Amino acid sequence: MTGQAEACGVDAHLLQTGDELVVNIGPSHPSTHGVCRVIVHLDGEIVTHAEPVIGHLHRGIEKMAENRTYLQVVPLTDRLDYVGSMYANWAYCRAVERLAGIRVPERAEYIRVVMCELQRIASHMMSIGSTGADTGATSAFIYAFNQREQVVDLFEAVCGARLTYNYVRPGGVSFDLPDGWIEQCRAFTRSHPSAMVEIDKLLFGNVIARQRLKGIGVLPAEEAIARGVTGPAARGSGVDWDLRRDDSYSVYPRVDFEIPLGENGDAYDRGRVRLWECVESCRIIDQALAQIEEGPIKAEGLPRLLAPRPGEAYDHIESARGSLGVYLVSDGSVRPYRMHVRSPAFQNLSVLGYLAEGHTLSDLVVILGSLDPVFGEVDR
Amino acid sequence: MALVDDLGRALERTPGGGIILTSLDAVMDWSRGHSLWSMPMGTACCAMELIAASFARFDFDRHGTIPRADPRHADVMVVAGTITRKMAPAVKRLYEQMPDPKWVIAMGNCAVSGGIFYYDTYSVVRGVDEFLPVDVYIAGCPPRPESLQDAVLRLREKIRAESIAPGRSRPAKLVLPSPTDPRAGGVATADDGSGEG
Amino acid sequence: MRIEELREHLCSVYPDLCPLFSVEFGDGTLTVPADRLFSAAQDMRDLGFDLLGMLTAVDRGETFELVYRVRSREMSAAIFLKTEVPRDEPRIPSLVPLWPAADWQEREVYDMFGIVFEGHPDLRRILLPDDWEGYPLRKDYADERIIRRPDYI
Ligand code: SF4
Repeated sequence: MTGQAEACGVDAHLLQTGDELVVNIGPSHPSTHGVCRVIVHLDGEIVTHAEPVIGHLHRGIEKMAENRTYLQVVPLTDRLDYVGSMYANWAYCRAVERLAGIRVPERAEYIRVVMCELQRIASHMMSIGSTGADTGATSAFIYAFNQREQVVDLFEAVCGARLTYNYVRPGGVSFDLPDGWIEQCRAFTRSHPSAMVEIDKLLFGNVIARQRLKGIGVLPAEEAIARGVTGPAARGSGVDWDLRRDDSYSVYPRVDFEIPLGENGDAYDRGRVRLWECVESCRIIDQALAQIEEGPIKAEGLPRLLAPRPGEAYDHIESARGSLGVYLVSDGSVRPYRMHVRSPAFQNLSVLGYLAEGHTLSDLVVILGSLDPVFGEVDR
Repeated sequence: MALVDDLGRALERTPGGGIILTSLDAVMDWSRGHSLWSMPMGTACCAMELIAASFARFDFDRHGTIPRADPRHADVMVVAGTITRKMAPAVKRLYEQMPDPKWVIAMGNCAVSGGIFYYDTYSVVRGVDEFLPVDVYIAGCPPRPESLQDAVLRLREKIRAESIAPGRSRPAKLVLPSPTDPRAGGVATADDGSGEG
Repeated sequence: MRIEELREHLCSVYPDLCPLFSVEFGDGTLTVPADRLFSAAQDMRDLGFDLLGMLTAVDRGETFELVYRVRSREMSAAIFLKTEVPRDEPRIPSLVPLWPAADWQEREVYDMFGIVFEGHPDLRRILLPDDWEGYPLRKDYADERIIRRPDYI
């Protein structure tokens, strides 16, 4: 604790008074990135105990899925991780495909990879931007949002929606790429890496942001693994684990990409891992667009009403927040008997209390932002 | 706004107060309508579009609508997203903390009626109008940022028809309608507030 | 690692778990009785399954089925660990001492199914308000606030 106070350049005795104060943050607070409530026990300025209270956006999607056909569940999955709707679509569809034994045409797989990498960029832009906003660098938010809007435009051209795409369907995707889309996308992937370098300088090179982010919320690698943290939050701690490579799915084995890793596991590294992942995503998109060939975008002979054999399936993908899995149980009818979403944001958020301990109250906000929770997915 | 409210009451008592009041109304409504600071009550997916609306591309600020996260500074609450039973008391409380006069925009199907979460779920409130008086509804899942801007312009039109005469303040509905029929309490329409007084 | 290799490896290290291992729908599954769950999970962890991926329950009528998905980064393999608890007395040892990752997920299962995890450090509702009645993901959950979706939509 004292070390933390010294890092802030303040005498420890000024920060700590010895009296306990309980502060309630949220559930509607601009810096909780959604509807999260945190009960913070403070000793002066230092957090002694922080407990996130979640569930303010619990909409019962798992229960709703039990009364819908397999296709009708897809729009519900959009609303889970609303910053990255494509992921939940895809994870769900993979589980259905595994359950029903559907083979997806190659073109559809490529399109899915391209879409999900674009989605990774869109989602990380939101996260990096809000890291900027949390540390007082709102201009970084505006730069990042500009990039996000460009991706959203690409999505809109493909499926007509800006946020809830409902694009990946069991057996394929809903629409083919429109004319000229590939060029538009290439133009974006050409310009995006330089924008990332710019944001890197603007935000992570900024002395204020460095001081606000470095050494804040250090998550050791072993803790990350034991507590089930995945995605950029774990990779910031140097956990070399990415489902795209380590449990490779779809056409990822055919593209060449690297996995950025952090060293210190602090908020700074988590943010930068996200930033460089975006650059890698551009590389993946370029390669996928070069390899993509004409062909069908939907599996042939798919019945309108899927009724997979009784059984169960679990499949997962690497979303912008970590490994997102969907567990499906079928009883042979047209509706899932049970659907469960293994949500990376939920799991990542569970370390908030552990990370915040010993930091100042203002750092709590930064730590929460660096875990990048999306409450649609946390609460489901 | 206490001063203005008293002014309206005092002028009504003076003979011929009506004429002065209409001119005053025009000034007040004009000034209120052109700087509607919004309290973004973004809970779910629609909040993304709410954020997008205030950034470079859509530039909400040009309408004088600046997002203020503090209810005490806000004129209009934009409820963007699903409201669950766990969240509803917090929303109501924030609404009550806003100073009069205040308005509510329900953005997105969830805030309008529960939207996609109308059926089969146990935890979602089917529309914020179950406990707040809503002025403008925006349909869409999510609505585009342009729709939100349109809603603000409509709200401005609505404000133009308001008067500073007494009886304008509209309390939040305190009683939730019976759970079996969510519509039993009646939908709060645009005119509800002035009638209740 | 392929499932066959995994089975051989498992059988050579823990012969007593071998008969419980089966392959269902392409996934290795270890089905254990409830009283052996903790020791089996411990064995799995010692074998190298360091990540607890998913933890959930399924309402099977008379019983609740608990499903754990554990993964080994080193072996690049994942298996299901399953057990059943009776509906009228749903109790199961908590796996938090083995994988802290189980903490919130067990709370969620408790919240949704009412399964009590013995030894959990802080078993409370997590998603629903504390005063909520009933366990929504049970198939027999009745709540007059739910409006069933008509079949024609
Ligand atoms: S209306 Fe649609 S987009 Fe908006 S919060 Fe509801 S589900 Fe999300």
